[in-house]
Amino acid sequence: MIHTYKFQDINVVLDVGSGAVHVCSDAAAALLRACEGQPQADARPPEDAFSAAEFASAREEIDALTRAGLLDAPETGEDVLLPEDRGAVIKALCLHVAHDCNMRCAYCFADAGGYAGARALLPLETGKRAIDFLLGRSGARRNLEIDFFGGEPLMNFEVVKALVQYGREREKDYGKNIRFTLTTNGLLLDDEKAAFINEHMDNVILSLDGRPEVNDRCRRTVTGEGTYAHVAEKLLRFAKAREAAGKLYYVRGTYTKYNKDFAGDVRHLADLGFRNISVEPAVSDKPEPWALAEGDLPELFAEYDRLADFMREREQAGQPISFFHFNVDLEQGPCAYKRVAGCGAGTEYVAVTPEGDIYPCHQFAGEPAYRIGNVLTAGGFENKWFDAFNKAHVFSKEACRGCWAKYYCSGGCHANALRMEGDLLRPHRLSCAIERKRLECAIGLVCARALTCP
Amino acid sequence: MQHIKTISKGTLKQTDGKGCGECQTSCQSACKTSCTIANQECEQTRIKRPR
Repeated sequence: MIHTYKFQDINVVLDVGSGAVHVCSDAAAALLRACEGQPQADARPPEDAFSAAEFASAREEIDALTRAGLLDAPETGEDVLLPEDRGAVIKALCLHVAHDCNMRCAYCFADAGGYAGARALLPLETGKRAIDFLLGRSGARRNLEIDFFGGEPLMNFEVVKALVQYGREREKDYGKNIRFTLTTNGLLLDDEKAAFINEHMDNVILSLDGRPEVNDRCRRTVTGEGTYAHVAEKLLRFAKAREAAGKLYYVRGTYTKYNKDFAGDVRHLADLGFRNISVEPAVSDKPEPWALAEGDLPELFAEYDRLADFMREREQAGQPISFFHFNVDLEQGPCAYKRVAGCGAGTEYVAVTPEGDIYPCHQFAGEPAYRIGNVLTAGGFENKWFDAFNKAHVFSKEACRGCWAKYYCSGGCHANALRMEGDLLRPHRLSCAIERKRLECAIGLVCARALTCP
Repeated sequence: MQHIKTISKGTLKQTDGKGCGECQTSCQSACKTSCTIANQECEQTRIKRPR
């Protein structure tokens, strides 16, 4: 399978089976487009667009790359890429240290931090049992992850600090390396917390939507006040401190139907001085006024193109930024297993709530049908969903099998599939369309850079 | 070549059947909603890369 598309003025060709990426002439692109979905030998080029000699020479090159296994390469089978017996180890924990929040964001999937339940902070002892649970079930995996999540984790920061200390002590007993991360809206961030976070957190996600009016339309305090003025400067100062210390952060925004011109928000964040930026689309299974829909796709696609243009402008001006979804490493990226196995939710990644309840991931927290145990109860973990999540990989999803992007998204978000499409094996169509566009831009940017600096 | 320039030969065939499981869980990186794998770093590469 191949995927041929135009990015800026470049014809990009992705060979799905090998992962090879080429750029090509218009004549070769026309030939390759004619090939998509059928054996190359049967392809008929569009008539009259190019001379017979052009097509003949393009055909020769296509045939040579095909023989070299770099075009139309056969895809490796499920039996090779997904060995059955990988064991049910858990290596990543989303630790909900606060089911409460000091913001009331319009699009919050977590019911403004409460997750449709009682507002609560994670007790220290429950957090310790969650860490024990992770360490005890991590098998032979050495590198483990704990993300302090919420709600707003800084509302329970003393527990965060104590749990980092506890994790550091206990990881030695098990011969493990825990990587801590934290996601925060920044309202309670101060110098003391920043210093601790910078010392101990491998990555930090800072929530900010972009331009002041965009941010404040959805991200408000409990009393309904806009939050931009409260957090933007603090988050930037913090981000600069991370950069100076050589540590990773992302400022992460959500874009909605209200700001389909979200490239303007990325530009705003870049102009403020943030270098690592992510913005994500807001989707919902309910008819929310902010939720994006399939009818918005043409505008969103055009906006991602504008964002890619902006990325190139910044690069050429010597001020590059990193946009999370436009990052792709074609040479040393993830292995093939990682690309097909899915996100790990419900198998190697779980979420633990302040009550100690275990869910397949943070998106399922508070949904009784998906509660799979409790860390406070001895033997209190019975993952009845393991098989369902374990088998929800790209080979078992009909929509993925024929999709050129499947080795780059690994089948999409399980929670979105269930909520939006009603089936773990049916990836959310809108999210898929956006993901394909982002990947086209990401791979296109690699090509554009390569052509500029051969 | 006159018509086609190869930018990357791809790595999918080199990694068939492997997978140490030591790399970061994608949802723990920056998204928490969308699943993007291709921007994740291989742990074996991370270990070898000078810091």
